[in-house]
Amino acid sequence: MVAIVDHRPARAIHPLHAVLLAAALPLFLGGLLSDIAYSRSYEIQWSNFAAWLIAGGMVFTGVALLWAFIDLFRAGRRRARAVVCFVLLLVTFALGLVNAFVHARDAWGTMPDGLILSVLVTLAAALATWSGFSSFRLGEMRLGEM
Amino acid sequence: MNRSSLLAAAALAALLAACDDNPSPPEYGANPQLPEQQHGLLPSMKIAAPASWGDRRPTVPEGFTVTAIATDLGIPRQTLVLPNGDILVAEGRGGGAPALRPKDVIAGVIKARGTTSVQSGNRLTLLRDADGDGTYEERTVFADNLNAPYGMALVNGQLYVANQDALVRFPYRDGQTRAEGPPEKVTGLPSHINHHWTKSLAASPDGRFLYVGIGSNSNITERGMAAEADRAMVWEVDARTGAHRPYATGLRNPTALAIQPGSGTLWAVVNERDELGPNLVPDYLTSVREGGFYGWPYSYWGQTLDPRVQPQDPERVAAAIKPDYSLGSHVAALGVAFSSPAMGERFAEGVFVGEHGSWNRSVPSGYRVIFVPFRDGAPAGPPVDVVTGFMGEDGKTYGRPVGVTVDPKGALIVADDLSNTVWRVAVADRSPTADAPSDMGSATTDGN
Repeated sequence: MVAIVDHRPARAIHPLHAVLLAAALPLFLGGLLSDIAYSRSYEIQWSNFAAWLIAGGMVFTGVALLWAFIDLFRAGRRRARAVVCFVLLLVTFALGLVNAFVHARDAWGTMPDGLILSVLVTLAAALATWSGFSSFRLGEMRLGEM
Repeated sequence: MNRSSLLAAAALAALLAACDDNPSPPEYGANPQLPEQQHGLLPSMKIAAPASWGDRRPTVPEGFTVTAIATDLGIPRQTLVLPNGDILVAEGRGGGAPALRPKDVIAGVIKARGTTSVQSGNRLTLLRDADGDGTYEERTVFADNLNAPYGMALVNGQLYVANQDALVRFPYRDGQTRAEGPPEKVTGLPSHINHHWTKSLAASPDGRFLYVGIGSNSNITERGMAAEADRAMVWEVDARTGAHRPYATGLRNPTALAIQPGSGTLWAVVNERDELGPNLVPDYLTSVREGGFYGWPYSYWGQTLDPRVQPQDPERVAAAIKPDYSLGSHVAALGVAFSSPAMGERFAEGVFVGEHGSWNRSVPSGYRVIFVPFRDGAPAGPPVDVVTGFMGEDGKTYGRPVGVTVDPKGALIVADDLSNTVWRVAVADRSPTADAPSDMGSATTDGN
């Protein structure tokens, strides 16, 4: 049980957590753009790109989700915001997982479900990132409890 | 994919597998019922769990014996019985298509569990039973340094071998046990990517033409249409010049070819596409019509469209031919051979089909050799089990049949690429020697 006293004037999101959160969004966005390109061109390589970008997004989302889960217990009085961030990440992860499976289908079998899911997962990742970056504010973090 | 998504994948797989725990049995014959397509999140997988035969033997019908005539081979696939009774075994594993997606990486690891781990032999092994007692006491390497040899045909004193990248030939004299030198190349074969690498082979009775079965480069065009140039078709190759032309197209993976005695018609077993459900799409046995188009990739069983292929080609689909005989979905037929009256009255007219067995069906199918009876030169009636017991009730898998060949002396030769064995299923009462009873002792004819 460690009590953390933050003496700095502002305690924003942890830099590493920020990297994890911020990395997922462009990957999912890249997946969405690749899906759009495939749906317009039938060029299969776009579908391969989408599958890998989504898998990459899932790696970062997975770790960020784990981090957010731990944060639930450290959030103290700002717990409500931490819960929102966690839930949004969980939704992103669930949608992303289904999307990854849909992108495991062969050829046009990914369409249109994959495109729709890519839109949803990109939106969810954007919201999760937004909420993650706005969870902690100046002076709000006092004592973290395990 | 990260670890948690893999775990979730496993959980989901279990869940999905539970959903189609009891798919309706496979449909056989000329008019199979084709169920609705399923586009699930994951194909239900059930991978063979390899196990040693030990004292077990494959199960054969009453009146037949089964013996292992060669073991410890380097992945035996197809066999050829030579005029003097010697047996050639093509050994090897080809392919090497790169993983394009996260799925390919994961599926590759999973599917590899159900196959042998020995090295590719890349050779032809000759087995000889000089005294005709059913024991093949002599074993020599006929030719080596080949590249995943698969199809074989002997015609006009030439032994043709379909490597995964070229059709080659050796001059052959009766009784020869070793090729005189490296083979002569007849023609190159499409080998870019080589997703389905096996090149099946048959020769026209007059020896003028060779027919080479070339499988598709994907399940259903997921490597792009450019990768499918010269794929999913049977080539007719001029034996003299090596020139080729497509003989029939739209055959997804024609894994074995045979010429029908009498009519001279070319027949093929073809493996159809996956991931549309446990009872789609039936693998089939068909006579191959010159110039015919059999649907892949746009459609299957005639005009049933596959929506995973875009853009479609309605003109070609309209001309797609329905195959002759459904063998059931996912059985993975890899061998075909016309029978002869030497196989006994029950099996006198028809074809034997080696079924390697499914990987993406919750209730496995295949893992056996069947007989499709013929009447008046065409399939008539349901398939009959001939060699079974390759997979136990518990999923333990002792062998996986590939090529089948009829020995005119009254035996069926079955290559097994999991236990690396060649089996000989012989008509018992035709066995000419006194040690036949000991052979019978090793046969399990009681269906256990």
